[in-house]
Amino acid sequence: METVKDILAQRNEIMKKSLGGIDYSNFEKGGLAFDYEALMKFVGYPMKEVLSIQRETKVGNTPLYELKNLTKLVRKISLPGKGARILIKDEAMNASGSFKDRRAALSLFQAKKEGYQGVVAATSGNYGAAVASQALQRGLKCIIAQEVFDSRGIGQPEILEKGRKCEALGAEVWQLTVGPELFFWSLQLLKETGYFNASLYTPYGIRGIEALGYEIGMEVKTLYGREPSAVLITHAGGGNVTGTARGLLESGCFNTRIIGVSVDLRGLHMASDTDFNRKSFTTGHTGFGVPFAVNPDRVDVPRNAARPLRYLDRYLLITQGEVFYATELFTRVEGIERGPAGNTSLAAAIPIAREMPEDEILVIQETEYTGAGKHPTAQLTFARKMGIEIIRGNPQDNIPGKRIVIPENLRQLSYEEYPLAKLKQSYLEHTFKKYEVKKLSLIELKFLQEELKDNNNFVIDYLNSKGVIYE
Amino acid sequence: MLKNELIKKDSYVEIKILLLKPEERIEGIPEDTSKVPFEARIKGFLVKDAYIGEKVEIITALKRVVSGILIAVNPPFKHDFGEPVRELLEIGWEVDELWKQ
Repeated sequence: METVKDILAQRNEIMKKSLGGIDYSNFEKGGLAFDYEALMKFVGYPMKEVLSIQRETKVGNTPLYELKNLTKLVRKISLPGKGARILIKDEAMNASGSFKDRRAALSLFQAKKEGYQGVVAATSGNYGAAVASQALQRGLKCIIAQEVFDSRGIGQPEILEKGRKCEALGAEVWQLTVGPELFFWSLQLLKETGYFNASLYTPYGIRGIEALGYEIGMEVKTLYGREPSAVLITHAGGGNVTGTARGLLESGCFNTRIIGVSVDLRGLHMASDTDFNRKSFTTGHTGFGVPFAVNPDRVDVPRNAARPLRYLDRYLLITQGEVFYATELFTRVEGIERGPAGNTSLAAAIPIAREMPEDEILVIQETEYTGAGKHPTAQLTFARKMGIEIIRGNPQDNIPGKRIVIPENLRQLSYEEYPLAKLKQSYLEHTFKKYEVKKLSLIELKFLQEELKDNNNFVIDYLNSKGVIYE
Repeated sequence: MLKNELIKKDSYVEIKILLLKPEERIEGIPEDTSKVPFEARIKGFLVKDAYIGEKVEIITALKRVVSGILIAVNPPFKHDFGEPVRELLEIGWEVDELWKQ
């Protein structure tokens, strides 16, 4: 067997063969810049066609529910005139039970069109089941590489369920121990099979999610005669934020605020064998949300199509206990059960709606399926076995990996505003180090301003503070 | 399942594969992770009769042949809904109270 070094040395060659017609070098514009919009346009399918491709494989056109009971409850604890109308897009109704079907649909359509025999995807999340489901429907073979176990062979119930589902949908599932070498192994599998790389981060994946944002924008405008004031998006790798925001813009919602939400797991290392099973969320958390925002190209393709800092207006953190509370509350007041990780933005919707006027509309843009393993009782039972303390109390007393605090009442749900400026600063520090920047071209400057949605000299101030010239 | 029990060919089994020894792992990973091997588990149909712990070949869901150490026969899905969680059960009655306010 080849070593990690051997495989990583062939990285570019393997990727080129496995990504169909995308030659990422065509989009490079020198130095740190590349033409993001040209990369996105490479997909080439107009929205009408994207929607129709998704319909072919049981994706999209999911219900948009007005959460009347939850809205009423929130108004009971809000100041007079406050308490926005809360809507939710029930993405659990897609073929494999999450919005990830949107992300897989175009990739698999493209893989089939280009004559590949199968696809490989590296993911521990719902995306694996989505790829497997779409592969079955398109007549393609499917291999999923998942990070599942710690070195003792113990896995989170939520991930075990995701593995079961991939197997049920006919995939060959490689269940791996903790570590970033997941990507080395998926490269090896791509090399061995010659299959298509159904990476989460290609323009096909993001274009598929744009359909979700587009549907939300069009449906809200049709039903309520106005744009959503804000859309809450669970943020991890950045694709959900990027795709939804772009789709909203395409639907003509130019004033909708884009709010990313992650579960606060700061202090736990994502690649640590011992921390691995001390977290009760396997996605939608800061362990992905922060590093992928500040260094989007740390992925299995040369340039990541998911670039959340281009779109985010706010980034909020909430605690694990608040999400479990919101999940239970949602079931009890709205009469439907949905999986916990997809409810990250639901938890933030409660304090955010309280601050907004009654006539405004707040959209929670996804749900995910629930079942054995993917349920608060399963995750909390597992957490207790791992020695995590679970109590009722003030969510402020939450300590990731040590204590989960389930709020005692609805009023206690709140959020921490993570300063976007801090993320943008880290982005610049990281990028300047990576590219060893001494001076910038005007093209690179413009690229950075677009990357960071910078309208007020944030980048220029940074350059001046570092003594970097641009010309 | 006894270690000395012969597992018949064509049984549905799980194997474990050592992909990287600790010293072969990439740089920059946390210390605890760097001390343990990088391993895979995969399921499929056993090619020849074998005992647990032996190196075997299996046929995967995609009919590919993969080899590794035999660790289980007909491995069950053990994840479930867990135990009832009192801290969550309480929320239902609290919501009833909130409606009355």
